[in-house]
Amino acid sequence: MVDLSYIDNQLVEYGEKTTEHILGQLKEKLYMANEKYNLSNDEVTSIIEDCIKTYERSLVDPGEAVGTIAAQSLGEPGTQMTLNTFHYAGVADINVTLGLPRIIEIVDARKDPNTPVMRIYLDEEIRESREKAEDIVKEIEGTTIESISKSMKIDVINMSIVVELDTYKMEKQGLTIEDIKEKLYKLKKVESIEDEDNFLTLKAGDVSLMELRKFFNRVKGHQLKGIKNVKRALIKKEAEEYVIYTEGSNLGEAFKIPGVDLSRSISNDINEIQRVLGIEAARRAIVDEIRKTLEEQGLEVDIRHIMLLSDLMTMEGEIKQIGRHGISGEKSSILARASFEVTTNHLMKAAKFGEIDTLSGVTENVIIGQPIPMGTGNVKLIMKK
Amino acid sequence: MFKVPKVIDTIQFGILSPEDVRKMSVLRVITADTYDDDGYPIEKGLMDQRLGVIDPGLKCKTCGQKFGDCPGHFGHIELARPVIHVGHAKDVHKILKSVCRDCGKLKLDTAQREHFHDQLMKASDRLKNKEIIVKETMDKAAKSVCPWCGSDKRTIKFEKPYTFYEEWGEERNKLTPIDVRERLEKIPLEDYELIGVNKDVSKPEWMVLTVLPVPPVTVRPSITLESSVRSEDDLTHKLVDIIRINQRLRENIDAGAPQLIVEDLWELLQYHVTTYFNNSTSGVPPARHRSGRILKTISQRLSGKEGRFRSNLSGKRVDFSARTVVSPDPYISINEVGVPDFVASELTVPEKVTVHNLEEMKVIVRNGPNTHPGANYVIRNDGRRKKITDTTKDDVAEELDVGFTVERQLRDGDIVLFNRQPSLHRLSIMAHEVRVMPYKTFRLNLCVCPPYNADFDGDEMNLHLPQTEEARSEAGIIMKVQENIISPRFGEPVIGGMQDYISGAYLMTRDGSEFSAEEVEESFYESGILNNKVGVEAFNERSKPWTGKELFEVLLPKDLSVEFRSKTCRKCERCEFANCKFDNYVVIKEGKLLHGVIDGAAFKARSSCKLLDKIVKDYGSDEGREFLDSVTKLIISVIMKVGLTTGIDDVDIPEEGLERIDEILENARNKVMENIDAYNRGELEKQPGQTIEDTLENRIMAELAKARDNAGAAAEQYLGMKRHAVIMAKTGAKGNMLDLTQMAACLGQMTVRGKRLHRGYQERSLPHFKRGDRSAKARGFVSSSYRKGLSPTEFFFHSMGGREGLVDTAVRTAQSGYMQRRLINALQDLKVEKDRTVRDNSNNIIQFEYGEDGVDPSRSSYGEAVDIDWIIHKTITSRKE
Repeated sequence: MVDLSYIDNQLVEYGEKTTEHILGQLKEKLYMANEKYNLSNDEVTSIIEDCIKTYERSLVDPGEAVGTIAAQSLGEPGTQMTLNTFHYAGVADINVTLGLPRIIEIVDARKDPNTPVMRIYLDEEIRESREKAEDIVKEIEGTTIESISKSMKIDVINMSIVVELDTYKMEKQGLTIEDIKEKLYKLKKVESIEDEDNFLTLKAGDVSLMELRKFFNRVKGHQLKGIKNVKRALIKKEAEEYVIYTEGSNLGEAFKIPGVDLSRSISNDINEIQRVLGIEAARRAIVDEIRKTLEEQGLEVDIRHIMLLSDLMTMEGEIKQIGRHGISGEKSSILARASFEVTTNHLMKAAKFGEIDTLSGVTENVIIGQPIPMGTGNVKLIMKK
Repeated sequence: MFKVPKVIDTIQFGILSPEDVRKMSVLRVITADTYDDDGYPIEKGLMDQRLGVIDPGLKCKTCGQKFGDCPGHFGHIELARPVIHVGHAKDVHKILKSVCRDCGKLKLDTAQREHFHDQLMKASDRLKNKEIIVKETMDKAAKSVCPWCGSDKRTIKFEKPYTFYEEWGEERNKLTPIDVRERLEKIPLEDYELIGVNKDVSKPEWMVLTVLPVPPVTVRPSITLESSVRSEDDLTHKLVDIIRINQRLRENIDAGAPQLIVEDLWELLQYHVTTYFNNSTSGVPPARHRSGRILKTISQRLSGKEGRFRSNLSGKRVDFSARTVVSPDPYISINEVGVPDFVASELTVPEKVTVHNLEEMKVIVRNGPNTHPGANYVIRNDGRRKKITDTTKDDVAEELDVGFTVERQLRDGDIVLFNRQPSLHRLSIMAHEVRVMPYKTFRLNLCVCPPYNADFDGDEMNLHLPQTEEARSEAGIIMKVQENIISPRFGEPVIGGMQDYISGAYLMTRDGSEFSAEEVEESFYESGILNNKVGVEAFNERSKPWTGKELFEVLLPKDLSVEFRSKTCRKCERCEFANCKFDNYVVIKEGKLLHGVIDGAAFKARSSCKLLDKIVKDYGSDEGREFLDSVTKLIISVIMKVGLTTGIDDVDIPEEGLERIDEILENARNKVMENIDAYNRGELEKQPGQTIEDTLENRIMAELAKARDNAGAAAEQYLGMKRHAVIMAKTGAKGNMLDLTQMAACLGQMTVRGKRLHRGYQERSLPHFKRGDRSAKARGFVSSSYRKGLSPTEFFFHSMGGREGLVDTAVRTAQSGYMQRRLINALQDLKVEKDRTVRDNSNNIIQFEYGEDGVDPSRSSYGEAVDIDWIIHKTITSRKE
């Protein structure tokens, strides 16, 4: 049995040669192994030395075209992915885009993802109470007048809209007739609202039937409660705690609700994460979302490739898409841009600006037939005359 | 001697000035015709011989060079009236808006100019940033009144694609290209920068053309058809139009024709010049050939997938390559490729003759071009190239001397690059050693199929022969197959056993499989192990038969110790590890296979195989190649003795089993009917967030899925390891248990877009059912098995499901292909620098340390830099007892 301090000392001694992560793991594992196998001093030293040797051997070579490798590693499994746009992710039957369409969505940095979803965790004190979770759901979930009414119709004779409220549903949502009236008055064109035995009669002033119909649709969709853009919220029990899943996403508003755990709640809308939580969070979100999607499809891709992609997309402090309107469109080389998409536009612009192509990238050098500055082409020898 | 290649350092872009055009022109083209009646090019016409040569045998009248050497020379057309260059029309509009109509200055006062100028200076070199500032500057200027001369504000309207109007109040005045050009000329030089024009290479007025360059004939060669009818290039046609209208316009102007006619002709000239540049400009009808075909003009030539950039500049055709069908050969190494002899005698490698190889080269030259290791050409010291023929071969061999270069034929051991499209990752091109063979196909080791994604149903592959020593050594060191066993995508083997190798390994190493000494000797001999890894003496004193495990361990490195669960592992609740009674826990200690059966988990490609992974990572790629080569040969030899086959009786199930399955399915159908009845009675309870119909569908789907699983499970009881199909499925060789239960028990629910089949006819999937029938049968539940056979309706449903799969694949390949193109384009310039940061080609740092730990995924173990457990394990097992 080696003294634990010996391990610590050895680790400190060799510490500079490797990463913290490896050191941490080494320490933990050496402690365990020591207990189990009764290591000797020499063995400890040899294990540490072996680890460092392995680490040094596993480093990337300078000049390695890591970008291309990352792109290939993400693109190649694309052919094996399903095209199923919708799929039940097992999460309380909320639809999420999966597979190839989802990857494309992320890479494109779409402003309006197909299926935005939030996962809201609750503060420590309340996360194990279903009632508390339900209270928060009530605050989050969007409620329209349609969803709490038994029937809604247009009264053509009186040119008004008649709504029959469902008291049970109202109670469930914690709404009173007064609340509803107040909210409805905020609608444009509403002139008067009368209530009588759970019947609301809305008058819209002097309007034509067509306008009334339009107005009717607006009333139908008018949100009485909840966060904008959130259509539905469901509670799911995960391990010991209750988690709320929402269809539709609005992190900024969700974070304003007391009881929501700000440190863990997250959306799958990357642009929203950037707006609310900042670029570093967005970078992380891209990595997590791509990884989750690939994992769900049973495809293995090293996280380093995804991180590189994410770092490139978020490098300038805002999310840039991969493609014509993002990274590829802003390349320094004219030839590289021209050979990607919208060839002539790039050439015209280059002529006006009098741009100079310094031929420092891959495509440019392929075009003019010179060795590319990558890998072995990166090495230059100058001979003495 | 050695030529130092010219290096292009930078490429400057700019707009050609009229003077430039005239300066580089060898001729002013004035005749709209091309050839006269004798087929002779007309002087000062579009095919003037001073513009270059396109006929072999003729000499260029400008430079005197022959066809192929003369690059061609530009001519020019003096336009009678200026026209707007369509490509720049938008920019012209922006500039017109932001400069004063009278004094020509940018409509900004000194302070504003200073401000934007400062910003421009501060902006980094990135074009994007400058563009944004220029746009801001111009927007600002466009909105203001000229602070210099205070002339009244008029708005410039731009009517796509090339017409400008000036508007003030109710009045509206068309700006002719002459007006536009005058205004642009008035812009002072110091304003150029602020409107985004580089004063060194461009001037705004050059965006309005007064002279049009005529490209050399080599750019627009005419072709002669079999009927000796000359057919001109699209560009020539367009140029003819331009010259013709230009002439007419000039004549009319000279003759003092009415304004209206001149304007019409001018407009027509503008149209022709516009379509000459870009024939798909919106708002302009495309120019057509006489036959009605749309002409392909300059812009069309450059852009798109078939354009100059993507198909001639980014991808080029090459010499020294070959393509043919591939077929398998398990007896060549993974590093090798079998090359047909007729291919080998066509492809050549230049080899310098030195004192060391003079004799060898002489032999090769003497073989001539028709005897295999021969030579096709010799390049003499004076640079002359000589073809070797059967009649000249002996003379050439005599003459051969140090310093000559012999273009010798491809021979065994040469390094070639081998590729299969689509080249989705770098493993789609790898270096192989040549093995010249008879017959007409490329031969490929089966273990290398996964990275190429190749099979042998008619796949063709390409072969490239590197021509320089540098290229060959690079290919040999970095691109060799054995160097690519580990995938850079996930750091595990992509090259490894598959199909019969896996089931064969299982049959060989499972408990109870024994082989007589004769069988073993034969197998060892066949697989090249005898006298290599095992001596004959191993058989001398041995009387008892060999176990399969003993056979296998012969191939393992002598000090290898690993433990892992085999693929056949049943995932018992309590794992017995080394005592597993099913022989499913593999224990290898110091090169001895002590326990466990070898199957997919040991060396199957792309499946986190433990054994191969360890061998390659710990003992190097040579050892890995060696292991794969010998293990596959040994297994084939063994499997041929043991025998493995599958047939329909592999999925036979006894009567009682079938009854059980029928019962399960019957119950499920009843339950479905119960649900439907409940729905019809309105008693079905709605699930939150779903319609009542969705609820019903979901319940039915769940019910049927459960039924299929149960039926499968019932069938699985009878599918034991005695059946070869089961062996294949369980060892990971081919197929899975789901496939087998589909054969034996029941196919299950067919779906389209994740829903049960419901479309086709009104409220029913086929006319055989009643409208609105929601039963299992009517909505695509196939209760038959493949073995039993499908009923006609079931068969139809099954093909509906199958069709969706096909459509899906077709759509997916297109989508993922485009995504990959974009990814590659965005990421291709990133590389690891010498300080281990990741940077792009403008030197922007993307990552300070690659992947946050600087580790190459293909050298990592399961994503981690160091497999500490493994190192501890190795240290412990190497202890002396």
